[in-house]
Amino acid sequence: MNNFDSYRRNFLSIVGITAGAAASVTLAPNLLLREAQAKPDDEAVTDAKRWGLLINVDKLEDGGDACIAACKKEHGWGDDPKSNQAQDAQWVRKVKVTEKLTGHSFSLPVMCQHCETAPCVDVCPTGASMKRADGIVQVNKHICIGCRYCMMACPYKARSFVHETLVDQRPNSPRGKGTVESCNLCVHRIDKGENPACVDSSPDAIVFGDLNDPDSTISKELEQNGGSQIRADLGLNTGVRYQGI
Amino acid sequence: MSSESINNDVSKKIIYCELENNGIGFWSIFTFFAVLILLGIGAFNYMHYHGHYVTGMNNQIVWGMPHVFAIFLIVSASGAANIATIGTVFGKKTYQPLGRLSLLLAGSLLVGGLIVLLLDLGKISNVIEMAKGSINFKSIFAWNMILYSGFIAIIVVYLWTMMDRIKSAKSLYRPLGIANMVWRFLLTMGTGSIFGFLVARQYYDAAILAPLFISASYVFGTAVYSLLIISTFTLTKRDLGNAVIKRLRRSLPLFITAVLFFEFVRHLTNLYATEHHGVESYILSGDMFSLLFWFGQIIIGSILPMILLWGPWFKNHTLALVSASILAIIGGFIQLYIIIIGGQSYPLILFPNAEISSLFADGVFNDYSATLSEYLLGFGGIGISFCIVMIGMKIFRMLPTILDELS
Repeated sequence: MNNFDSYRRNFLSIVGITAGAAASVTLAPNLLLREAQAKPDDEAVTDAKRWGLLINVDKLEDGGDACIAACKKEHGWGDDPKSNQAQDAQWVRKVKVTEKLTGHSFSLPVMCQHCETAPCVDVCPTGASMKRADGIVQVNKHICIGCRYCMMACPYKARSFVHETLVDQRPNSPRGKGTVESCNLCVHRIDKGENPACVDSSPDAIVFGDLNDPDSTISKELEQNGGSQIRADLGLNTGVRYQGI
Repeated sequence: MSSESINNDVSKKIIYCELENNGIGFWSIFTFFAVLILLGIGAFNYMHYHGHYVTGMNNQIVWGMPHVFAIFLIVSASGAANIATIGTVFGKKTYQPLGRLSLLLAGSLLVGGLIVLLLDLGKISNVIEMAKGSINFKSIFAWNMILYSGFIAIIVVYLWTMMDRIKSAKSLYRPLGIANMVWRFLLTMGTGSIFGFLVARQYYDAAILAPLFISASYVFGTAVYSLLIISTFTLTKRDLGNAVIKRLRRSLPLFITAVLFFEFVRHLTNLYATEHHGVESYILSGDMFSLLFWFGQIIIGSILPMILLWGPWFKNHTLALVSASILAIIGGFIQLYIIIIGGQSYPLILFPNAEISSLFADGVFNDYSATLSEYLLGFGGIGISFCIVMIGMKIFRMLPTILDELS
């Protein structure tokens, strides 16, 4: 009886591993290439990692339209029925830049830049605007009082205020009337070991990874080819970097 | 007069008493301010129920008309307490009998302003989380909450030292006066610093906003206080006397001069730096905000009051002080509107030396048009302030019966 159980366990293990490996390779080939690893829910976030994005504007043929659409779909913003255009939320937007002297023009997606020394975190009276140890800047909606001081302080206009009651929200991204919101780097996906939605929408142009790890793809690319910050003069050491701007 | 009390702070000659029941006069004015409160409550309910989409505020102009009202009231509060400071700290006997009302007005204006600020929040229910300890002490907002509540606490104790006859009250009178003065400086500096350290905005991010707000508080506070005592003394048929009018006539334009000085230095410094030329020309030589700046703040709010008060034509004329105070208040309100709305209206600079555009109002001047509910919320704050003042004068001995002989 014992020998039979042992045989059955071994057989099932081999079948399971083989099937799992086959499914991984056929159904989600890029899953194995991801650098983010799933974090158990009860494990505290540490500063061992610092998540970042590297956006190559030259490779973004649509100027960021696809990643904006992916962000909208993931978080459900952008079509608040009662708000006017100036009041509607905008977690990420496509900005067209034309240099005055040369006329050189390009478009890029601008979202929360996940600053190391984030002005929005400094000014928030309750601590709702917070930076996780792994560098993700986000809003704790349970304690946000909706004072909008963080919106005044953000140099990138990356934050939006929810102007109305919302229904039918995404379970992973609850949005609350009267609170402030912004790109959270798809923290719910990162904690599951997945890429942010914008990265998966434009895998050739956007690299996501750990800036603290010198062997990560993003760090190697930044070391080799560099990456610019928007308003680098402010000294905010942003987690979002750009190439081709 | 229903009852009387003797003052600690000057001599035993001063007799204070509550406001008489002036029948229809008192209650009409009180009803007026009470109606403002009711309208303010209605506006709050409307905004709170629907959300801020019913206001003119948006993701570009995030602070609107309620903030202009609130900051005006808060800054005025600090200046209104100056009358008490001059009497206590600098020993000016003319002002000493007016100290109680000065503190009552200061506390009331602060409460009115804070309530407007509170009722404009997106998620008021979460304020309770702050009481539970969710406070970020790096935020100047959090500091201001301490400064504001501390100011009210100081006012209460300071008033007690003025009104109680026991020895300990007398001994604390001057120390409290000094504490009040220092606290006021910190409070207004803190309010100015809300804007002073915003690196993102071209029109802010200048430490000079702190002393500018301090000097502005003297203008707003003195103007509001002048109107209050002139109207109260006139309506209750008490004699205000020339000495007080004379002092207020002299001090108000001096404070206006200080504001003009700091405004001049602020704009001059900005004009020196090329990076700020864009926003300076937007405010100083553009369209609406330039009109407001030159005609509203400078001519109506500063030059005209100075002429009215310093000119030889209206000497000892109460009406000149009343008119100048009204103009200074209008000018001050416009000044805050330019700072708060104008500063946000100018676009953020993401890429210097480049033109930018987007569907999210990048690279354009942002429009703002306040809705009725925003105005009503602001007026509700004024209603709260003056209802408190009137109740205070009615139940406490705030005003001297006569002033002229003392001065």
